[in-house]
Amino acid sequence: MARIVGIDLGTTNSLVAYMDGQTPRVIAGRSGRTMVPSVVALTDNGLIVGDPAKEHLIRSSDRTIYSVKRFMGRGLQDVAGELAYFPYQLHEKNGVIRIQLGDKSYSPPQVSAMILKELKQRAEAALGEDIRQAVITVPAYFNDSQRQATKDAGMIAGLDVLRLINEPTAASLAYGLQQRTQGTIAVYDLGGGTFDISILKLKDGIFEVLATNGDTHLGGDDFDRRLADLFLADIRQRHNLDLSKFPDSIQALRLEAERVKIQLSSDPQVTVELPLPGNKDVYRREVTREQFERLVADLVELTLRPCQLALKDAGLKATAIDEVVLVGGSTRMPLVRQRVQALFGKTPHCELNPDEVVALGAAVQAGILSGTTQDMLLLDVTPLSLGIETMGGVMSPLIRRNTTIPTSSKEMYTTYVDGQTSVDLHILQGERELAKDNRSLGRFQLKVPPLPAGIPRIEVMFLIDANGILNVSAKDVRTGETQSIQVKPSYGLSDQEVERMIEESFKFAADDLQARQLIEARTEAEAIRTATEKALGLGGRLISADETQAIQDALARLAAATQGSDYRAIRAALGEIERVTHHLAEVLMDHSLKEALQNKKLSQVT
Amino acid sequence: MEQTSSMKRTELNMARSMCWHCQSEVTGEYFCDRCVKVQPLSKDSDYFTCLGLPRQLSIDADALEKRFYEMSRAFHPDFFQVKTDAERSISLANSALLNTAYRTLKDPIQRAEYLVGLESGSVKDIRSTPPADLFEEILSLQEDLEEYRSAVADGSHEELGSLRTKLESDKRSLEQRQRDIEAQLGTLFARWDALARATAGSEVTQEGKQAVIKDLRELLSHRTYVRNIVNDLTATLEAA
Repeated sequence: MARIVGIDLGTTNSLVAYMDGQTPRVIAGRSGRTMVPSVVALTDNGLIVGDPAKEHLIRSSDRTIYSVKRFMGRGLQDVAGELAYFPYQLHEKNGVIRIQLGDKSYSPPQVSAMILKELKQRAEAALGEDIRQAVITVPAYFNDSQRQATKDAGMIAGLDVLRLINEPTAASLAYGLQQRTQGTIAVYDLGGGTFDISILKLKDGIFEVLATNGDTHLGGDDFDRRLADLFLADIRQRHNLDLSKFPDSIQALRLEAERVKIQLSSDPQVTVELPLPGNKDVYRREVTREQFERLVADLVELTLRPCQLALKDAGLKATAIDEVVLVGGSTRMPLVRQRVQALFGKTPHCELNPDEVVALGAAVQAGILSGTTQDMLLLDVTPLSLGIETMGGVMSPLIRRNTTIPTSSKEMYTTYVDGQTSVDLHILQGERELAKDNRSLGRFQLKVPPLPAGIPRIEVMFLIDANGILNVSAKDVRTGETQSIQVKPSYGLSDQEVERMIEESFKFAADDLQARQLIEARTEAEAIRTATEKALGLGGRLISADETQAIQDALARLAAATQGSDYRAIRAALGEIERVTHHLAEVLMDHSLKEALQNKKLSQVT
Repeated sequence: MEQTSSMKRTELNMARSMCWHCQSEVTGEYFCDRCVKVQPLSKDSDYFTCLGLPRQLSIDADALEKRFYEMSRAFHPDFFQVKTDAERSISLANSALLNTAYRTLKDPIQRAEYLVGLESGSVKDIRSTPPADLFEEILSLQEDLEEYRSAVADGSHEELGSLRTKLESDKRSLEQRQRDIEAQLGTLFARWDALARATAGSEVTQEGKQAVIKDLRELLSHRTYVRNIVNDLTATLEAA
């Protein structure tokens, strides 16, 4: 069967990995780096992704999107509190955030799809084959809308997403494979934008998740912000300058904050250096690790409560945990390690690169799905309770949080009024009593035959699949007829919208291909022109004047074609050059051979 | 020993059913012997049958887990990724049923509640009712709780201390009561299991079984009641 890759679609960085026999490997790009910054920029030459896009952050911040994962499956009001931090324009359409990039707007799944495409191409280049199937990781605490948005992103990128797998559990697969661990483990995963804690039981190759908890809006980004806010206030005071009025500088400040944060994990003190707008002045100051830790202590504390809740749901005391595994770049912070160690009373594991371990685990899951990795099986859970709204705006739970998936729940519905032909249902996710305090997943309408009240009996099945995504089906118990249910998502793209985006993506792919071919043809034209001119200089005297003229005419036509945007014209001109220079090349070859022979003779003589 | 007898039961349950794919008789456990296609677990089978267990209340947790893992390896959707749509949907339905069965039977209380429902032929929820002899105690406790909450609201610290001590002692006695109920439940579990193992069909056994189910239902509803109060107390005391 075709190869399945494992993808870690992160808030700040993304990676792609594959199974090399029984060993998962992360694929590096041409630069040798394995991480692709999750950044997309619109340049004059089109959209670019990754490292080159990240460079655009400080030059054209309004045309560069980062941390798009924070917007996946969310509405504008969910992120209202942090809008000020983002340089790009956001608006909402049909419950889905749209991000303005130039004169077009994109949904978060479309932007994520661009990152996925980049990873797909990277894998295709490295493995020399078409990649169409993938396992993609999501934070364990992602709700249904966020999972669906991730799956949509995969589809838009031309990937068949065979499985969504939770990031901490993916990490446990990578660890388990390597160390053959048995017992109870806690995976503490603090990434760029999300925090997850998962408690697992590992036994005879079965990875059974007992409980999971987290915060999908807490991560390294927030630590950077605290530092950036400190610098911002400092600059205002010392330089009498409001940097927030300079979007490009704000991005430079953010990147500098990130750099300082990372360096403070190894150094006790770091110098901040930031050129101020106008290039006249430079902002400089020292930050100690202690200062930084005081700045973010409360954020680190925020991760401990979910840990305690997960332990409680698993029915375990902290001391019952055999091993603690750290995942995500933010767990490099000494403060995080201290707090985790204090909570569990154990030195946490960090043997595997915390940036790569999730992608490695996704590759292991890909191996399980393709049947090449045997003996391992992951039994994951749904992170949030699922329910429906009942009379009085109360949530009636159908599937409790931390239930092993796949799982299903059947409910029977009937009518309250004679001749009623439909029943409206509102699906919710969350742990609160009142419907309005929980996440609205979507609504749907049950079709009911017009009968006296209480007579119709419609059985609705709510099924959460192995991806943690809800599927709803309904059956009329009297007639045995099934009806297909279209849930209208509260915070997601409709099927039609996803379809359209896939089509658009193919169209862009064709445009992209054109652009790429044009660039390649131009590059080649330049190389051939230089080589031909050099050859003429060397061997012009060895060929006829007519021939020289023909070559010069062909060069002129090539130059003209290169000015145009039709790569086929350039290719044609290149073909002509090859034809008219054929004789010159032969003559030159002969000549240089003779010269070489003469040199040889000379060397033999002397 | 127990394992082999339960295996046979499963085989019997599966026997005489036809493979959905090749229409030959399925004698294997979960897969057709002839065409090796996965077979759907019967929708009518109860959770005990699903996990190949006798309908008894004492269950060896390790053996149950082993069985669950074994069946997960047989049915989990991960292993059906490259199979046909029909097989994938059977795998999904079987896994969902298996997970629910395991979750229900793993926990002794949920297991007993499920058995009571099965045996009384109704899925009616077990209500939460106070044990008759606790009635007075519970009334006075509710009063104490009210007083405590208003004392917290008023911030009258002198009263708070003594009320708190009283509530804490109430909580301890209720927790003891909870443990007593659980011990009584254990005795009922054993009685049920002895009857379940006895020769089936005899009239005496049937009557005995119904009596145990009635007692179980009552005790379970008391347990729920006491647990709810203890949780309420804990939350109130922790909130202050």
